[in-house]
Amino acid sequence: MTAAIAPSSLIDYRALIEPTRVNSRLYHDPKIFEQELERIWYRSWVYVGHVSEVPNRNDYVTKSIGPTPVLLVHDRTGQISLLLNKCPHRGNQLCAYREGNRSTFTCPYHSWTFSNTGELAGYAYADGYEGSDKSKFALGRVPRIGIYRGFVFGSFATEGPSIEEYLGGAKASIDQLLANSPEGELELTAGFLQHRTKANWKFMLENETDGYHPAFVHSSVFQVTDSGIGKLYGPQSTALTRDFGNGHTEFDLRPEWRRLDKPLAWFGTTEERLPDYAKAMQASYGPERARQIMIDGSPHVMIFPNLFIAEIQLFVLQPIAVDETIQHVTALQFKGTPDFNRRLRQQTMGSVGPAGLLLADDTEMYERNHRGALINDPEWLTLSRGIHRERRDENDYLVGHSTDEVPQRGIWRHYAQLMAV
Amino acid sequence: MTNRQEILTAQPRAARAGELLGHVEQFLFLEARLQDTHAYDEWEALWTDDAIYWVPANGATDPETRMSIIYDNRSRIRVRINQLKTGRHHTQTPRSELARIVSNVELLNRVGDEIDVRANVFIFEDSLRGETMWAARNEYRLRMQGDDFKMVRKKVSLVNSHKPIFTLSFLV
Repeated sequence: MTAAIAPSSLIDYRALIEPTRVNSRLYHDPKIFEQELERIWYRSWVYVGHVSEVPNRNDYVTKSIGPTPVLLVHDRTGQISLLLNKCPHRGNQLCAYREGNRSTFTCPYHSWTFSNTGELAGYAYADGYEGSDKSKFALGRVPRIGIYRGFVFGSFATEGPSIEEYLGGAKASIDQLLANSPEGELELTAGFLQHRTKANWKFMLENETDGYHPAFVHSSVFQVTDSGIGKLYGPQSTALTRDFGNGHTEFDLRPEWRRLDKPLAWFGTTEERLPDYAKAMQASYGPERARQIMIDGSPHVMIFPNLFIAEIQLFVLQPIAVDETIQHVTALQFKGTPDFNRRLRQQTMGSVGPAGLLLADDTEMYERNHRGALINDPEWLTLSRGIHRERRDENDYLVGHSTDEVPQRGIWRHYAQLMAV
Repeated sequence: MTNRQEILTAQPRAARAGELLGHVEQFLFLEARLQDTHAYDEWEALWTDDAIYWVPANGATDPETRMSIIYDNRSRIRVRINQLKTGRHHTQTPRSELARIVSNVELLNRVGDEIDVRANVFIFEDSLRGETMWAARNEYRLRMQGDDFKMVRKKVSLVNSHKPIFTLSFLV
């Protein structure tokens, strides 16, 4: 394509991304957004959904990869697949519903009918297609699908690293998450809130593991609730920021929880207050291991580019335009723990989504970030915090103080690799 | 729950109870004014101790099993108000400029000292982000206390609750 090599689209990303600062243009240039779609969203592994959202054969739910809608389907043969919501005849949107259960999809325009495995099952008035090969008219699909412990990722690249290679160190965070279920499984059954945000997606990506902002952005919440969370983000905190590589980053609170040494303190509660859950955990893991899991709690990990697990919530970032992103968010629900799940929903509803006590303020910052980025002077934004004290941990990942910008530097290193081609 | 019978009978009953309808409307207009002017303490005082403040997401799914935009009991209403009063709830610093219209007020049901009411609400918000219009079908359960009312329950069904929506940090 000539457009791809036109001089106007040659952007020197190495000149826009330095080790401790990035150029504002990366957040607001529509050409850069177009290239991100091409080089990140439509090439890399991207989180799509969870198998528990389509538990039964023929269940489907509408998800997305970047701005493109994708049908996550548990098809008639029992396979999980990712179909594109476009009739191959004249391009009509095939399915208009967000979720449902059906073994076929019929296009409302000329009634072409497709199996939920993607094959064309039949034309209307088939005599007009005499001699043509039906197999040429299958639905588009995301060519590669990778499932790690129920988390479904898709990639539009036909070749590349496996999902396990891609996740790398972040796999351990997903394992840590699932250990909080007595059955080792997650059920995303509470439905998603959709928070529309007038800001570039990378402000969210960077903020999810930013331990520097909570003391300031969320001080109003810390003041009016007696949660001890505020202290975890101060200068005295022993929590760590971590760069797993491949753009995956973590805010690791375990040092703080281990210092406290109280099961379920991470959730602001005790075993006595969640007796059924504590009992189920002990039965599944044995008393010692159950105690350690309940001390360590759930992770706070941002899996590049769009899956954020925030202890008790799961966020999916969906870029719509250079200046618009949707934050999809739901409460994590662990299999086999109704008493715990109810509290998880209640806390999630209070803190996230358009009216959440925490996320309304984060989102206000994202939108102000974006307006600031549009101003040209100063043109560089600084990510140098803690550069003098970052170090390697026992697994050779870069770690820093809880308020340091280790994760943000890691994200941009990975971004530069993907974009500077 | 509203069934068809209730819908058909609500109007004659409301007409007979014209005076009550007038009182209810005045109460809803007062609530709207307190919200529009960010009169937080006065608005909080409208609620009963057993209050539920509910803004569903994705249509009216069960708030006990599915996510809602807001599903506050009385103590969480207080936390929400207290956060607004800190002056450091950034999304409302500066505050949204608001004007709302409350209309199509219908009295649905009266059981003992409680009345079920429905109304449509249209809100214009101006904030740092820009101008946003909100539309909702509201349902209230009001408890009569002498000549006055308290809110036992308020359900705000945004017409676009199944779509992505902007931050909703003013009192809706």
